[in-house]
Amino acid sequence: MAAELHVALVAADREVWSGEATLVVARTTSGDIGIMPGHQPLLGVLESGPVTIRTSEGGTVVAAVHGGFISFADNKLSLLAEVAELADEIDVKRIERELERAKAEGDVIAQRRAEVRLRAAQAS
Amino acid sequence: MGAQLRVYKRRIRSVTATKKITKAMEMIAASRVVKAMRKVSASTPYAQELTRAVTAVAGGSDAKHPLTTEAENPTRAAVLLLTSDRGLAGAFNANAIKAAEQLTARLESEGKQVDTYIVGRRGVSHYTFRERKIADSWTGFTDEPSYADAKTVAAPLIEAIQKDTAAGGVDELHIVYTEFVSMMTQTAVDSRLLPLRLEEIEGRTGKKDEVLPLYEFEPSAEDVLDALLPRYVESRIYNALLQSAASKHAATRRAMKSATDNASELIETLTRLANQARQAEITQEISEIVGGASALADATAGSD
Repeated sequence: MAAELHVALVAADREVWSGEATLVVARTTSGDIGIMPGHQPLLGVLESGPVTIRTSEGGTVVAAVHGGFISFADNKLSLLAEVAELADEIDVKRIERELERAKAEGDVIAQRRAEVRLRAAQAS
Repeated sequence: MGAQLRVYKRRIRSVTATKKITKAMEMIAASRVVKAMRKVSASTPYAQELTRAVTAVAGGSDAKHPLTTEAENPTRAAVLLLTSDRGLAGAFNANAIKAAEQLTARLESEGKQVDTYIVGRRGVSHYTFRERKIADSWTGFTDEPSYADAKTVAAPLIEAIQKDTAAGGVDELHIVYTEFVSMMTQTAVDSRLLPLRLEEIEGRTGKKDEVLPLYEFEPSAEDVLDALLPRYVESRIYNALLQSAASKHAATRRAMKSATDNASELIETLTRLANQARQAEITQEISEIVGGASALADATAGSD
């Protein structure tokens, strides 16, 4: 059996996803980082971007994460985000509308958030 | 109907109406407590993980950061007081305000100037009525605070603590809120958010002996700490807001329960009094009739 690591993806107000995984790819401020079981203890700052979790059952979970931290120790990985959504929860049509509105209003942050959500939704 | 009896009847009616209202408020508050408690426990994993991370960075690296090192000579402190927007919650707001005033007095006796930040209309009106200075205040979300609300509250506080003291910044950040212990017990507590006290954090997570691994920091310990601490403050404030909300609803429930009980007792007393008045009236009527009849009998007997 392949080694596993325990992943907990938590947003400020709820636990979004938790389970066993074999690989987690996230985007930190200094670039994408892939974490596999047995990685050295790590604490990093996340950029807003999609997080990909390869579960031990062979499936893939994609989530849109906006700012936060990644911390890994003792084969336990915590992804802390102020806002996090699973790709399945994202309503593409609504986000597209939001993206258009953000573009029209010149709201850079909202636009970035919408883009990240869209990318996460398309990746899954 | 006698005048006395009518007065009692009217009072019973009005107390019954009041009782209905307080009963409804009690029930609403009870359901809100449950909801608020659920929110508190939903936010716990995030707060726990964040606290762990903060402990790891602050304890596991030599990074010096303005938010973790104590000022040599602290001269200014910020106090964030959490109250509610609405009253009818017993001594809930009074206790929080009292705790804040005690803290302010203590800080002032240590020679620190205190800036007060307030959440909740009750606290704001208490301070404005006494013409005390409020550095900043927020209202309108105390019943159901969201994380975004915590962020708005935290922003000026973080800004103030990052500024130099000479430029109007603060050296310390304290928070006064009502801790939700149980349905029956809520206590107003004050705690120092910044600079961090590591012992306090470890005490709270309850894992004193745990040895934290040596983390690799990405991109660097300073950057991680820079990003982590504002989030930590936000999460602590969010947690305090949620606890405060749960406590407020619990206090309202209790206050409304005793109001309902009082109303029931009052209704009972008034009913007794009304019965007595009715009985007295009947007795009087009977004695009047009897008296009238015997007077009539006497009169006819006399004319014979």
